Amino acid sequence: MTADFKDWWKSGTPWIWLNAAAVAASLIMVTGLLLLIAVNGLGHFWPATVWQFQYQAPGGETGQLIGEIRETETISVERLRDSGTLPPDHPEGVVERYLLKIGNRDITGLDFRWIPAPQILERTVPDDLVVLERSEWGNFYGFLESVKENGETVAGQQEAWLELQPRLQRVTEIRKQVRHLEKGRIGSINYQLERLRLRQRELELEGKDTPQALAEIQQQRDALQEDFAALQKELNDLYLEMQRDSASLRVMGGQVVDIPLANMIRAYRPNAMHLPARMGFYASKLWEFVSEDPREANTEGGIFPAIFGTVMMVFLMSVLVTPFGVVAAVYLREYARQGLVTRLIRIAVNNLAGVPSIVYGVFGLGFFVYFLGGNIDQLFFPEALPAPTFGTPGIMWASLTLALLTVPVVIVATEEGLSRIPSSIREGSLALGATKAETLWRTVLPMASPAMMTGLILAVARAAGEVAPLMLVGVVKLAPSLPLDGDPPFIHLDRKFMHLGFHIYDVGFQSPNVEAARPLVYATALLLVVVIVILNLAAIAIRNRLRERYRELEQ
Amino acid sequence: MTSAKNIDPQILDASSAPGSGAADDICLEVRDLNMYYGDAQALQSINMPIQRKRVTAFIGPSGCGKSTLLRCFNRMNDLVDSARVEGSILLDGEDIYGPGVRVAQLRQRVGMVFQKPNPFPKSIYENVAYGLRLQGVKSRRTLDEIVEKALRGAALWDEVKDRLHDNALGMSGGQQQRLVIARAIAVEPEVLLLDEPASALDPISTLKIEELIDELKSRYTIVIVTHNMQQAARVSDYTAFMYIGKLIEFDLTNRIFTNPREKMTEDYITGRYG
Repeated sequence: MTADFKDWWKSGTPWIWLNAAAVAASLIMVTGLLLLIAVNGLGHFWPATVWQFQYQAPGGETGQLIGEIRETETISVERLRDSGTLPPDHPEGVVERYLLKIGNRDITGLDFRWIPAPQILERTVPDDLVVLERSEWGNFYGFLESVKENGETVAGQQEAWLELQPRLQRVTEIRKQVRHLEKGRIGSINYQLERLRLRQRELELEGKDTPQALAEIQQQRDALQEDFAALQKELNDLYLEMQRDSASLRVMGGQVVDIPLANMIRAYRPNAMHLPARMGFYASKLWEFVSEDPREANTEGGIFPAIFGTVMMVFLMSVLVTPFGVVAAVYLREYARQGLVTRLIRIAVNNLAGVPSIVYGVFGLGFFVYFLGGNIDQLFFPEALPAPTFGTPGIMWASLTLALLTVPVVIVATEEGLSRIPSSIREGSLALGATKAETLWRTVLPMASPAMMTGLILAVARAAGEVAPLMLVGVVKLAPSLPLDGDPPFIHLDRKFMHLGFHIYDVGFQSPNVEAARPLVYATALLLVVVIVILNLAAIAIRNRLRERYRELEQ
Repeated sequence: MTSAKNIDPQILDASSAPGSGAADDICLEVRDLNMYYGDAQALQSINMPIQRKRVTAFIGPSGCGKSTLLRCFNRMNDLVDSARVEGSILLDGEDIYGPGVRVAQLRQRVGMVFQKPNPFPKSIYENVAYGLRLQGVKSRRTLDEIVEKALRGAALWDEVKDRLHDNALGMSGGQQQRLVIARAIAVEPEVLLLDEPASALDPISTLKIEELIDELKSRYTIVIVTHNMQQAARVSDYTAFMYIGKLIEFDLTNRIFTNPREKMTEDYITGRYG
């Protein structure tokens, strides 16, 4: 028996089991995490059933509640009795209570409400319950009474729902045009006007503000103003058009409210939807989430600017960090005399990788933003002062800060790659009459490129998930415009940007309506993970192609 | 022990040289060469002529300095930080360690093939064209011509002409070594240094390399380092026996293997030590 055990122990089997258990535990944790995020985040876009509850409060008065059940909780009767939500004579034990999203924040003041199950007298799922997604004040739940045009009722009761949809379509069309006008053409004119103002200021500073030059600028400005006025008029007309229709809805408690169609994004009757309709709705909500701008302090709408900002920042960071890290590594490994100094440099580089990221943020703010950016403004953009151009957080400084944060990884990986290239290859090149530099460019660096890509992959993985330093050097809650658009010079490195990581923090903790935003936190987190995985997969694909080319070397 | 300085002048006689070359046509001449790695002396006052368009073999036990000496001919030792050279090596009468010598140019004139085949991870074609591209040859036609010529010269053309653009790392060891030779002769060097070129190869590949050396010597001055004494006897015209950094004996290969003047040489080639 003991001999058996001893043999078993010596055979290494327990060790293998231990290894397997560790791997299994890691896998379970990772998949569990992803599943949790996915379930919580993706469930948000499903059109949930909307309930109508008749309830009776302990005082005896009755009421009506309409809303989606967001959460169910089991709670002891004692606690509810103490708070007065259940009568004192309610039997001991536990009861369920529901968290209802009742919406209608403009009327009730609160989006959410707890209701204990024993208070509920009757629960129904009315088919004709309408949910409105609004551009402000959050969701609205109610029954459609009538549709009005210029205040005149055009359809009531039964026809109202049918009448609402095409009119909503029309408003959506107009809204699209408005957005196009505001963001595209008017935004562009504003941008050009600002450029003209700066141009004039520049001329004044340089003392070249001859009447002739000024007149020229004024002429351009007048032309732009003219365009602007025309667009403004067009815009006003569109706004008037949009205000034409409205709808009357009866909310819980019987009150009837008028809501202009201009405020509605969507109107749907979730209880009447069959499965394909729900799935279609789900897909359109999901698409909205990844492709639209956020609304209502980021708690509604999409997160496209954040995705865009994250990806663009990572790209910029890669573009900055790769040459920098590679050049540094080449010098350290190929040219510098190996000795105490290079050892010290290597130790310093490795330690840089361990510095907390917020420290980089502080450094970035102090050095890049205030010092470098401030001086750039003095030298190149004096016309805009005192308003800073580069002397304020922006995507370039954020990318540079992250490049600094990740440069040790690239240096270490590249050095590793360079040291793995057999000296016989270098000698072969030198023996053919190549200089050291030619050998580096033609043979050594291409062969080390998979290692550089490995460094870049690690850098991307770290940079994409970093939030703390970004809060200091360029990320904002809501950026009015993307750092890449149609106005020359097209890439605006001085602009602030949105970032998925910061978005999670902002929606989760800084939002006026935390309860409503919680699913969005999960959905955004899931999207961040997906974006990072995609970025990494792209880098890995490139590396594997390079590796394939130099595969025999790995013997 | 006799100093290696007094080399029998007879061996340089045109009459005694195999074949009939120009008398005393010395391509490389080593003069009083001392070489140090840091404080350790690796070569001690070496004097030796290398005949043009002949094969000269260096033999000797491991660590005797034969590879070190070979690497002095194209200044490969410059890569070692602690290496230091005294004395001179004349290539066509000019000191390759003299001031103003451009090492890259020297290495184009003195090509080298190493013990382990070291093709670049590029296509066969690009491997051979590497040296030419370094010299700035861009014309596709010139490149094609020279690549073919070099591959033919290295007896490799027929084996690879259909897969010139395949990765060179997919070839066999023997083919790789011949590719490396082709790469070296593509830049038309005067001297070809071979550092144990067949020691990592199987017997058949070795035979092919030896046949190749025999062909190449009509056009190039060849210096070969080898561990294999039969190989030295088979391929070389002259043989130098070295021991612990000294040149013990330098003579016609025939004479070294049949009638060495030095006792140490005799002991070594008869296998009494080494």
